[in-house]
Amino acid sequence: MGRIAALTRNPAMIALVAALAITGCASKKTPNSAADLGLNGAGAATPGSAQDFTVNIGDRIFFDTDSSSIRADAQTTLARQAQWLNQYRQYAIVIEGHADERGTREYNLALGARRAAATRDFLVSKGVSASRLKTISYGKERPVAVCDDISCWSQNRRAVTTLSGAGS
Amino acid sequence: MKSILKPLLMVAAMAAGISSVTTLPAQATLELNVNKGNVEPMPIAIPDFQGGLGPQISEIVTADLKRSGLFAPIDKAAFVEKITNPDASPRYEDWKVINAQALVTGSVSKEADGRIRAQYRLWDIFGNQQLAGEQFFANDANQRRVAHIIADAIYEKITGEKGYFDTRVVFVDESGAKNARKKRLAIMDQDGANVRYLSDGRAIVLTPRFSPNRQEITYMSYESGQPKVYLLQIETGQRELVGNFPGMTFAPRFSPDGQKVIMSLLRDDGNSNIFAMDLRSRSTTRLTDSTAIDTSPSYSPDGSQVVFTSDRGGGSGRSQIYVMGGDGSNPHRISFGDGVYSTPVWSPRGDLIAFTKQSGGEFQIGVMKTDGSGERILSSGFQQEGPTWAPNGRVLMFFRDSGGGPKLVSVDLTGRNEQPIPTANYASDPAWSPLLE
Repeated sequence: MGRIAALTRNPAMIALVAALAITGCASKKTPNSAADLGLNGAGAATPGSAQDFTVNIGDRIFFDTDSSSIRADAQTTLARQAQWLNQYRQYAIVIEGHADERGTREYNLALGARRAAATRDFLVSKGVSASRLKTISYGKERPVAVCDDISCWSQNRRAVTTLSGAGS
Repeated sequence: MKSILKPLLMVAAMAAGISSVTTLPAQATLELNVNKGNVEPMPIAIPDFQGGLGPQISEIVTADLKRSGLFAPIDKAAFVEKITNPDASPRYEDWKVINAQALVTGSVSKEADGRIRAQYRLWDIFGNQQLAGEQFFANDANQRRVAHIIADAIYEKITGEKGYFDTRVVFVDESGAKNARKKRLAIMDQDGANVRYLSDGRAIVLTPRFSPNRQEITYMSYESGQPKVYLLQIETGQRELVGNFPGMTFAPRFSPDGQKVIMSLLRDDGNSNIFAMDLRSRSTTRLTDSTAIDTSPSYSPDGSQVVFTSDRGGGSGRSQIYVMGGDGSNPHRISFGDGVYSTPVWSPRGDLIAFTKQSGGEFQIGVMKTDGSGERILSSGFQQEGPTWAPNGRVLMFFRDSGGGPKLVSVDLTGRNEQPIPTANYASDPAWSPLLE
C-alpha cells in the first residue's frame, strides 16, 4: 500500500482524485478540466463551500484490500475533515462506503458499510456530532475508477464524506 | 402478459388420441446415466415438426436439449428418412445408419378455438419402439413454453431426472458506463427469450431471488435512499418493503416454504447479522449475533439448516462458508480450501452447496458437499460470481465479467458444458425459478 501513498503524493494523481470528487458529488460548478482544478484549485474555492471541502480538505479516504481499518494517511485526512466540519456546522453529512470489484456483491455491500461506519466513528472521535452523520454503502456498485487493474481498485476502496443540507 | 404465467392446459400421455401407440415394454433400452463421471452426449434426431408452427417449436426443443450438454442433435442434412407422418413408426434402419439413438417427431396445429395443439413422440431407435407420446394445448402466447415442456419431457424420459427448460430467470439488466451503470430488474425464459423489465432503472436494484411457490421475487433496492429488501409481485408489479429495520437490509432469499425471507441486517457498529422474517406474522428472528460480516444466507431444501458467508474467523482467510441450524444454532465453518469463499447456495436436491471462490487472482464457481468435503471447481475466470441452481440441481448459472460488463453463463455439474446465456445488455445476479406450473 506504500505505492498508493506514493501515488497520492504525486500532483497529477491529486488532480485526478479532485476531479473525480467534484463529479461524484454533483457540484453545480463544473471545473473546466482536471488540470485546472488540480493546479489552481487550492484556495480558489470559497471557504466553507462544498468545493472548499472537496478540493482543499479532501473528501475521501482509501482502504487496504478487504480492510476497514483507517490507515495513517486516512487519519490525517479525516482529522482535517473533522476540523472543517466542526467549523462549518451547517452541513449534514453522508458517508458513502465503497468497495473494489474484487469481491462478491453482497459481501462488498457489507464491507462498504463497515468502511462507512469506521469513517463515521473516526469523525465522531474527533468531535463531529454523531447526529449530523449518516452512512450508506454502495458496495462495488459505484466505482469511480474504471479499469481492470490494481490502480483502479485502490481508488474504488474508499469512503467519501459528502455534504448536504448546506444553509439549513 | 398475465396469461404467460397461467398454467398450460396439458394432456399427458394421450393413449387414445394418438394412433399406433406401442405399449411400452418393461425394459427400455434408451437411457442416459447422468450420474456417471463422463457423459457422452446422446445423438438425437429431431426433424422439423409438421405444421406451420412446427419447425419453430422443434428448433426450440433442439436448442434446449443441445445446451444441456447431454444430447448431440444430428445435422438434419444427414437424415435418410423424411418424416411425413409423425404418428407412424419411423423406419428404424434409416435412423440407425446415422447413429441416432433417439428420434423425436411431432406436429403443431391450430385448433378451431385458436389454441395451438402440439404433440410429439420419442422413439428408441435401437430398441425399435416408441418411448413416449404426449400432446399439449396452449394459447399462442405460450408457444415457446410448449417447446420447453416437450424438451423437459424428453430430458426426463431419457435421463430419469426432471428437466429445467420450462423455467425463467430473474436478473439485473445493466446498461451504460461502468461508473454510471443503470440497473434494472428483468425476467426472461431460461434460454434468454421473452425478456420483460420489472423496474425502471432509476434506483439501483440488486440480488433478485425467486419465491419457491409464488410469482414473487425478493430483491434489494436503493429506491428509498437507504438500500432495503423488498418483495415484488411479478404479475401485478406490487412492491412491498420487507420489515421495518433502521439500517440497510440486503442479501435476501426465501425459505423453501416461501413463508420467510432470510437476509442480512446492518448493525450500527458496521457489522452485518442474519435475520429471518416471517412474511405472515411479520415476526423476525435473529440467527447470528457476531461482530463480523454475516451475509448471503441460503436455506437447505428442508429448511433445517442455513449456509452463509462470514469473516468471523478473521485472519488471511477472510470470508468463508459456514453452516448453522435454521434457528441459528451451532454455526460451524465448512470451507477450508486455499482462498476466499462467498455466495453459498444450497442445491435444490440438498446434496451440494455452490459457491464463489477467490483464489490465485481468479474467481471460481464451484460446488462442495454440505459438510465442506469434495470441493470441485466448475469454472474459473478473472471476474465471475453468484451461482444459482437450475431446479433439478444439475446446472448452475452465474455472471462473468470478461471486461466491459457482466454476462450470464451456465455450467453443468461436470464443468465441461459451459454456455453463454444471450442477453441484449449486460446482465448480472441471475436467479433461476422453480419449474413453472
